[in-house]
Amino acid sequence: MENFIFVILIYTGIYAIAALGLNLVVGYTGLLSLCQAGFIAIGAYTTAIIMNAFNTGFWESMLLSGLVAALFGFIIGMPTLRLRGDYLAIATLGFGEIVQNVIMNWDSVTNGPMGIHSIPEPKLFGMALSASSDQAKPLWVLTIWIIAALSYYLIRRLIRSRVGRALEAIREDEIAASSMGINTAKYKVGVFIAGASLGGIAGSLYAGYSQAIAPLTFNFMMSIMILCMVVLGGLGNSFATVIGAIIITIASELPRLIGISHRIPPQLNQVLFGCILVFMMIYRPQGIIGRIKLNYAKILKEEILHTEK
Amino acid sequence: MPLLYTQDLRREFGGVIAVSDVDIEIYKNSITALIGPNGAGKTTLFNTITGLDFSTSGRVFFKGEDITELPAYKITRLGIARTFQNIRLFKEMTVFENVMIGRHFRDTHPKIVKNDLLNFVIGKVYIKKNEKNIYDNSIKWLDFFDLLNVRDEYAKNLPYGKQRELEIARALATEPDILFLDEPAAGMNASETDRLMKTIKRIRDLGITVVLIEHDMKLVMNISDKIIVLNYGKKIAEGTPEQVRNNKDVIEAYLGKTND
Ligand SMILES: Nc1ncnc2c1ncn2[C@@H]1O[C@H](COP(=O)(O)OP(=O)(O)O)[C@@H](O)[C@H]1O
Ligand SMILES: [Mg+2]
Repeated sequence: MENFIFVILIYTGIYAIAALGLNLVVGYTGLLSLCQAGFIAIGAYTTAIIMNAFNTGFWESMLLSGLVAALFGFIIGMPTLRLRGDYLAIATLGFGEIVQNVIMNWDSVTNGPMGIHSIPEPKLFGMALSASSDQAKPLWVLTIWIIAALSYYLIRRLIRSRVGRALEAIREDEIAASSMGINTAKYKVGVFIAGASLGGIAGSLYAGYSQAIAPLTFNFMMSIMILCMVVLGGLGNSFATVIGAIIITIASELPRLIGISHRIPPQLNQVLFGCILVFMMIYRPQGIIGRIKLNYAKILKEEILHTEK
Repeated sequence: MPLLYTQDLRREFGGVIAVSDVDIEIYKNSITALIGPNGAGKTTLFNTITGLDFSTSGRVFFKGEDITELPAYKITRLGIARTFQNIRLFKEMTVFENVMIGRHFRDTHPKIVKNDLLNFVIGKVYIKKNEKNIYDNSIKWLDFFDLLNVRDEYAKNLPYGKQRELEIARALATEPDILFLDEPAAGMNASETDRLMKTIKRIRDLGITVVLIEHDMKLVMNISDKIIVLNYGKKIAEGTPEQVRNNKDVIEAYLGKTND
């Protein structure tokens, strides 16, 4: 039982990191992106490939995976910038599919549909964090949640700064924002890059923890699942996103972990996510907790008073 | 030399020629009105000048520089601000925040780090200096429009007339040399329009050049130094209020052709 809890906490943490990144894009900036699983896949495969090929340590690989995912965030962010609303969503959806297809078919590097099953075990302070060992699990929980907390803190700082103010203006009315002298393209690509890099780090942790990855894991349903986390908790609220990640992960992993998954069809998850999205959109579009409107004038005033003291 | 001028500016939408080879000249410290029937191309002309729409052909010059191809945010940074025919406030943001957004690019410390990302990483000292300027300057503009008492209201909750004023305040917060107002008096009652007239004069007295689209002829005749008349995308007349009032083409455009 203890083990189940640890495993749930590990997956929750990983998804929370990815969802925090997506919330930056969808929740705070108002850009509907449907390819977070693509960035997770890029992070997971980068880690798996470079750890095997170059014998790099896990933690360096994780940072590099974040950077590689960020690069892809930039690549997808640039051309889709002019697109709005539905069109942007469709373009990102296409990108997620392309990532999966490339991984499926680039056998020599990704081992195709079989996936990579020989990812070396990460080490922390000389201790091996093997997937099969029970002692490693609490350490994984700790590590992953420290990274999640760090992501949370950085996003919070970003959102409370002038950048957050600009993002809010862009979400409210992009045309008005640009006629206020705000370089909306820069900010939009910026959040795409940040969101992608968090996806990449989450993917890397996924690869490091499970030591085995396969392309089908990172499908469109995973993007939808992460979007569900963001929407369920409340768009534009990092805390709510974490709560959403906890609820959704428990709901989707529970059958497997308590050993009744053979009695439930795996498609049930998909039905569940679909129902959650539809239900929330109809009855509580702001999410369980909802957006928390920051008062930037107050924040500024506090900061100014703080400095003058 | 005019502060801003266009050369053969043209904008086509499919078969519709919304703006047809228009030349206008806006002189510093003047109030210019742009009038014409609905669909004449006034808003489209504003949009192509301010970078929110691309012209099909022709050029726009501002302070001697060709700004035709520049994106909207760069044009704003050069000193052109505007309001919108259908108010485009940040509705879910407060009055104060709306004006703060207007100062977003102005109060960045020019000599130090301009890059938001670097600023974010290397700490808060410089940001705070900038942010204090944003705070103080926003208060200045709120005060100019008598909006200080509603500064914490959401923009969407203001009465209509106040929303129009806030939109002007937000535009002025960017410290423009020239301000474009698209039907600022639309939906205002007589006393609000009166107030607006005074406000526009106050803005001009700050040394800001004003160009406005307006249907309220009393307002237009009262404050304009120059009036430009558009009809079917073409400039059909320009001159002082007196000249335009007596122009045969203008009377025709507004009243329809008389059979004689
Ligand atoms: N985005 C657009 N797409 C197609 N036609 C447009 C667009 N914007 C304006 N038009 C057309 O251009 C003409 C001028 O419109 P507009 O500039 O809004 O006129 P005004 O502001 O003088 O009332 C109209 O015929 C209008 O239908
Ligand atoms: Mg118009």
